[in-house]
Amino acid sequence: MNLLFHLGKYFILIKRVFRKPEKYSIYRRQLLIEINSLGIGSLGIVSIISVFMGAVITIQSSFNFTSAWIPIYAVGLATRQGIILEFAPTIISLILAGKVGSNIASEIGTMRVTEQIDALEVMGINPAGYLIMPKIIASMIINPFLITISMFLGIFGGWLFGIITGVVSSYEYIYGIQYQFRPFSVYYALIKTIVFAFIITSVSAYHGYYTNGGALEVGRSSTKAVVYSNILILVFNFLLTQLLMA
Amino acid sequence: MIELRHISKSFASRKVLNDISLGFEQGKCNLIIGESGSGKTVLAKCMVGLLKVDTGEVLYDQRNFTRMNFFEKKIIRQEMGVLFQGGALFDSMTVEENIIFPLSMFTEKTVEEKVDRAQFCLQRVNLTNASKLYPSELSGGMKKRVAIARAIAVSPRYLICDEPNSGLDPITSIVIDELIKEITYEYNITTIVITHDMNSVLEIGDNIAFLYKGDILWKGNKEQILHAGKKELVDFVYATKFLREFRKRVIE
Ligand SMILES: Nc1ncnc2c1ncn2[C@@H]1O[C@H](COP(=O)(O)OP(=O)(O)OP(=O)(O)O)[C@@H](O)[C@H]1O
Ligand SMILES: [Mg+2]
Repeated sequence: MNLLFHLGKYFILIKRVFRKPEKYSIYRRQLLIEINSLGIGSLGIVSIISVFMGAVITIQSSFNFTSAWIPIYAVGLATRQGIILEFAPTIISLILAGKVGSNIASEIGTMRVTEQIDALEVMGINPAGYLIMPKIIASMIINPFLITISMFLGIFGGWLFGIITGVVSSYEYIYGIQYQFRPFSVYYALIKTIVFAFIITSVSAYHGYYTNGGALEVGRSSTKAVVYSNILILVFNFLLTQLLMA
Repeated sequence: MIELRHISKSFASRKVLNDISLGFEQGKCNLIIGESGSGKTVLAKCMVGLLKVDTGEVLYDQRNFTRMNFFEKKIIRQEMGVLFQGGALFDSMTVEENIIFPLSMFTEKTVEEKVDRAQFCLQRVNLTNASKLYPSELSGGMKKRVAIARAIAVSPRYLICDEPNSGLDPITSIVIDELIKEITYEYNITTIVITHDMNSVLEIGDNIAFLYKGDILWKGNKEQILHAGKKELVDFVYATKFLREFRKRVIE
């Protein structure tokens, strides 16, 4: 019952978000601001995590591939598949849900409890559209770039630490990452990323938008935003994998 | 002219507004007064559609606002200037950007014209050196004045102010009262001011409605209010012991 209530309210909000903007130029400016803050602002954390993730996958797989039947280049192959299919799109999206999601929920939640959203509304502006639409679109544009960068850096991290620790040679690693490469796996990852971007921004905005009360509730909304975005990312990851890989 | 017809509003089981009917005249300062918690802010929010009324209707120059859909309401709202009790400034924007924002959204003015307009409005609220500051860098009274400047920047047809001079010193209070009065007469707009400041009441009260626990107990103007006999209103107007003594000696 509760779930249905929230689902209904969520879709009503989404419908409001995608109403015709009052003025395109202002929404466009807002979009650029959001691309900068949601995208460029996350570049650092995405880079660091990707490099180390790649490193760990490489080292872990080399430790586990002890059989003589498995060639050493399989380490590169495993790193590539792991990074492109799951680690970059899913893990990075989960991390972005933590960073961007809590940010969005607390920003919009604060605007709610300090009546800034009411002020927008009585000016004759559609607050849901003005505040949320640019965020959703910005993250659907910029997250695929972040994930692509994450893929490169992850594979690079595997190569770098593979060589430093000596578990794999550069030649074999590079042979492995090129072995039977299917470009579709990258499209698959980017499709997932775009869906996850929509989930993160819309679910977080929903929790912020319907904050009720004061500073305490803003904190609560921001926690809920992260928890529900994460759960939904995992559920949709499962569904999309079934759908796209079948 | 704004008309309220049989407005009622409850939260859960608590009745806050009880069948309120009132008219607010164009070109006059219409005041709603009442003690803290009497429902003034709730009434204002019902009027602008931020709260849904349980029963009743709000009419803006014969246009039934309550029955309108989202898009029709938006058009009326562009003719409104609303001052919130807490200011409700956008804290990601500077003072100047706050004032310019509604102008950018709904007019085709150039940047220069908008900045000029913002400067002009800031001057009228006695605040000229703050245009590049953010709301977090302002004092409470300064925020209030910026919010007033923002409300009048759009040249509204309807001006609704929730306690424009709470938190202001007496001198600035008078400046704000004068400003509201001037704008109202000059542009012949419909102004509603919510207040519990007796100075303002006596300064700008063309029409006064006294709200008490969700009911309108008294209506009149600033000449009549000092002689009104209604007990609750007398307690409100003559709040201190000194004033009560004074009333006994001079008025009764
Ligand atoms: N969102 C709400 N939910 C429940 N009760 C509310 C809500 N908003 C206001 N109230 C109640 O309605 C009553 C009237 O509140 P309102 O804010 O209108 O008072 P006010 O006359 O503006 O007072 P003040 O002069 O202090 O601003 C109060 O008792 C308050 O508790
Ligand atoms: Mg109030």
